[in-house]
Amino acid sequence: MSKNFQTDTCIACNPAPATALSRRAFLRRAAVMSASGIVLLSPHAWAARSLDSTNKHRLIVVFLRGAVDGLNVVVPHGEPAYYDARPTIAIGRMGASDGVIDLDGHFGLHPALASMDPQWRDGTLAFVHACGSPDPTRSHFDAQDFMESGTPGVRTTQDGWLNRALAAIPGTHGPTEALSLGPTVPRILSGKVPVANIALGRAAERPMPMDRPVIEAAFDKMYVNNDPIGRAYRDGRQARMRLIGELTQDMTEANAGAPSPQGFSDDTDRLARLIGRDPSIRVAFMALGGWDTHISEGAANGQLAGHLKPLSDGLASFAKALGPNYQDTVILVISEFGRTMHENGNGGTDHGHGNVMWVMGGPVKGGKVYGKWPGLSTANLYQERDLAVTTDFREPIATVLRSHMQFPDSQIDRIFPGRPRSSGNVDSLIKV
Amino acid sequence: MAFEASKQDRTLHVLNRLAFGPRPGDFEHVSAIGPERYVQEQLHPESIAIPADLSEAVNQLPTLHMSPIALFIEYQRPLNLARKDAKADAGGDKNAVKDATKDLRLKQRVVMREAVEARMMRAIEGPRQLQEVMTAFWFNHFNVFAGKGLDLIWTGSFEETAIRPHTFGKFRTLLGATAHHPAMMFYLDNWQNTAPGSPGSKGKFEGINENYARELMELHTLGVNGGYTQADVIALAHILTGWGLPKPGGSGGAENRMAGGERMAGMFPFMRRRQNFGRFGSTAADPSGFYFDGTRHDYSEKTFLGHQIKGGGLDEGELALDILARSPATAKHLSFKLAQYFVADDPPPALVERMAQRYLATDGETRSVLETMFTSAEFWDPRSFGAKFKTPYEYVISCVRATGVPIRNYRPLYGTMQILGMPLYACQTPNGYSNTQDTWLNPDAMMTRLSFATALGSGNLPLENPPFVEDADGGGETRPEPPMVRKNGAGKVNINFDPGPKGPKMTPPDPVQLAATLGNYFSPATASAVEAAPTNLRAPLILGSPEFMKR
Repeated sequence: MSKNFQTDTCIACNPAPATALSRRAFLRRAAVMSASGIVLLSPHAWAARSLDSTNKHRLIVVFLRGAVDGLNVVVPHGEPAYYDARPTIAIGRMGASDGVIDLDGHFGLHPALASMDPQWRDGTLAFVHACGSPDPTRSHFDAQDFMESGTPGVRTTQDGWLNRALAAIPGTHGPTEALSLGPTVPRILSGKVPVANIALGRAAERPMPMDRPVIEAAFDKMYVNNDPIGRAYRDGRQARMRLIGELTQDMTEANAGAPSPQGFSDDTDRLARLIGRDPSIRVAFMALGGWDTHISEGAANGQLAGHLKPLSDGLASFAKALGPNYQDTVILVISEFGRTMHENGNGGTDHGHGNVMWVMGGPVKGGKVYGKWPGLSTANLYQERDLAVTTDFREPIATVLRSHMQFPDSQIDRIFPGRPRSSGNVDSLIKV
Repeated sequence: MAFEASKQDRTLHVLNRLAFGPRPGDFEHVSAIGPERYVQEQLHPESIAIPADLSEAVNQLPTLHMSPIALFIEYQRPLNLARKDAKADAGGDKNAVKDATKDLRLKQRVVMREAVEARMMRAIEGPRQLQEVMTAFWFNHFNVFAGKGLDLIWTGSFEETAIRPHTFGKFRTLLGATAHHPAMMFYLDNWQNTAPGSPGSKGKFEGINENYARELMELHTLGVNGGYTQADVIALAHILTGWGLPKPGGSGGAENRMAGGERMAGMFPFMRRRQNFGRFGSTAADPSGFYFDGTRHDYSEKTFLGHQIKGGGLDEGELALDILARSPATAKHLSFKLAQYFVADDPPPALVERMAQRYLATDGETRSVLETMFTSAEFWDPRSFGAKFKTPYEYVISCVRATGVPIRNYRPLYGTMQILGMPLYACQTPNGYSNTQDTWLNPDAMMTRLSFATALGSGNLPLENPPFVEDADGGGETRPEPPMVRKNGAGKVNINFDPGPKGPKMTPPDPVQLAATLGNYFSPATASAVEAAPTNLRAPLILGSPEFMKR
């Protein structure tokens, strides 16, 4: 870990590995670090580093933790079995009030996702149905772990696939090349390449004592070791100066007084602004919870709908807020597994297997539901209860990495060791 | 920088692991009696006197001592009724309903606030530190989310009655107490788990719900690799049909508004009739709030983990809990979690194995398993000293303990934990919070921790002011109490780490005293940075030092 880190990060703020420091060496190092702080405050340093990268292709992953009910997201309204299995939570048929928004005659969108209909129509939104992990686990935590490590069934993988993907991007890696929105850095982004995280909500833009030079200078003298804590400290200093500088500048320029949309839209708008100012952001991740609908899932309205609508609104406004950068951005929405085909006795669904993956962005060959639909007859269900998985989640992601991020297959093999070779139509998910 | 295992090192080690770090005077106390005796003292908390002022402060939190049913009657039923009336009057105007119920919703907020204050007060000031550490550990192991419906009023009771009394005893007792508390039945949906076709099966109560059964095995007992199958999950769900909440009047389910939110609409059919609420308080109802509804139970014979379990009602569940508590997989799972918390992120397998053996030999007595760990060579290995990165909860609590400042306002502490991603009682998922470095160490967390350390160390957190009263100039105007936990777990956090216009918000800690409290134990880099700093930054630097991030 440390070796890679040393070569990949800004040398000025990441001095040689610390051993037992003499006081003199320690003081010299502290001076270097303070100086680097000043340099980084200049917008030119920020811009200059961004110029190196010619490829601006960017990947955003949104993880729906808790297993979203994919059969009620992209609804197989052409299958009577769907309606038989879900007497109270099925989404109404095409044309019914609060019915599905038809996509292709067989599948339809949950009506709470209406705000994404424009993206479907302009061909930048696609879905991959019956997609998921080959591992049979119905544990949220194992399944999320596998989807984030990118190695289903293998518990010993140390890092996340999105971090391995970052490592595959040519050039140096500053800690703001990848952004995690939220107070912790998730499994999917953990690994050798430094990753910055920013708080969710308005907390992200609140000034802190650490923003004051006299305080940060005092702490700089203490955080001199090249151990994980020292590295996190320096990455945090660097990221905070850059991100907060840009966010507050932006707020005072354009958005003064304007009410921000709340929740998810608030965060996607913030992310879009950051990307607009800083093209060197290549990867971002955010997670949303609340999808574990064991009881009272609802149909066109209710619990699931109440979560889908802000998600849809946030993604639609993200597409708009990205402006021209939308053309270089692919957004994946993933979830650890699907839910049971049949509703349970409490108006909800239990842990299942296959699910739907959402793929959105300028480079996407959208307006299509990809994958191989296994059908919903009992014989075709996984263990006679769940939508089967006919497309491994790594297949569409590999296509995105190859055709959008332009990674060679050898890199993709390192990101997803032991991945299955795609056999289906997800190969053509991205415009070439 | 590895320490030599001097007595001083061992003193700091036990205070970091069995306690939430040293309070003023702790280092001297443990030095005097010796770390080994401190371990024995902490393993037998009944021998440690609780200061009268702490007992009194805890006793002054009335909701902490109310039964789940009493809490429902006091804080939920009036709200349900008011909402029902307001809905009838307002004819679909949601804002009118909100206005009409505002006072009752504000009143309800006291329950979570008292739970949070009790937890933090005891963790910060209480002398039975291992008890506090274990309460936090077991609560997290059996996590419930206070933002989910009725758990807003029941989470405090869950910890006080189902967790706290059983921290050192038989695991089976603890497991049973959690399974019999309505906070757990509600959180993991088992209160709706119903045998299909049973006489009580009706409306939203007409089928199996696997949620609790699965997490009971995966998280509470066997562990995810504990050798159970999907068939076992289903069998256990059938065994647990009918375990849940009181069913007053025997005619259906609870009312939607029982949960206090529009989003719960339609979830509680069986308490729809107003007169039913009254029965909650009758002597016939169990004040614990647990109820086994035999009319929704599956009485058929089940095969569970290779055992044949005859249909017998409530007893089947008790038998299943016996089987789970006695399983070697459970022994191993719990031992791993304890060793990970107390020893190292990757705990030594040999130690985990010895702890699991002790668990099985003592029929799952937590105190014995802890003793095996606390007397092990692995626990006392100098390489494990300071090897655990503090969670946000541990960091905040240990900072405040070290300064010794009297706390009258816990909100800035709660808010800091929330900013750091670990709001108390607000972990949405049943696996609870992780306690490993890879979860909590990240760039933004370091900036937030150091900002908190700066604010606390320079007197810029309003901890000494009583909450909800306009501070500073003694205006004395009471503010409405903001909610502690929100249903989405996020919400607005207003922590201003900077000094106010009137200067410091409390007495800043004395850096010399602070350093002495921590045993004057600093790396050369920290020591020289502190020396070089202006006086008002010394306490912030000590609290924000790399070594104080660890325990």
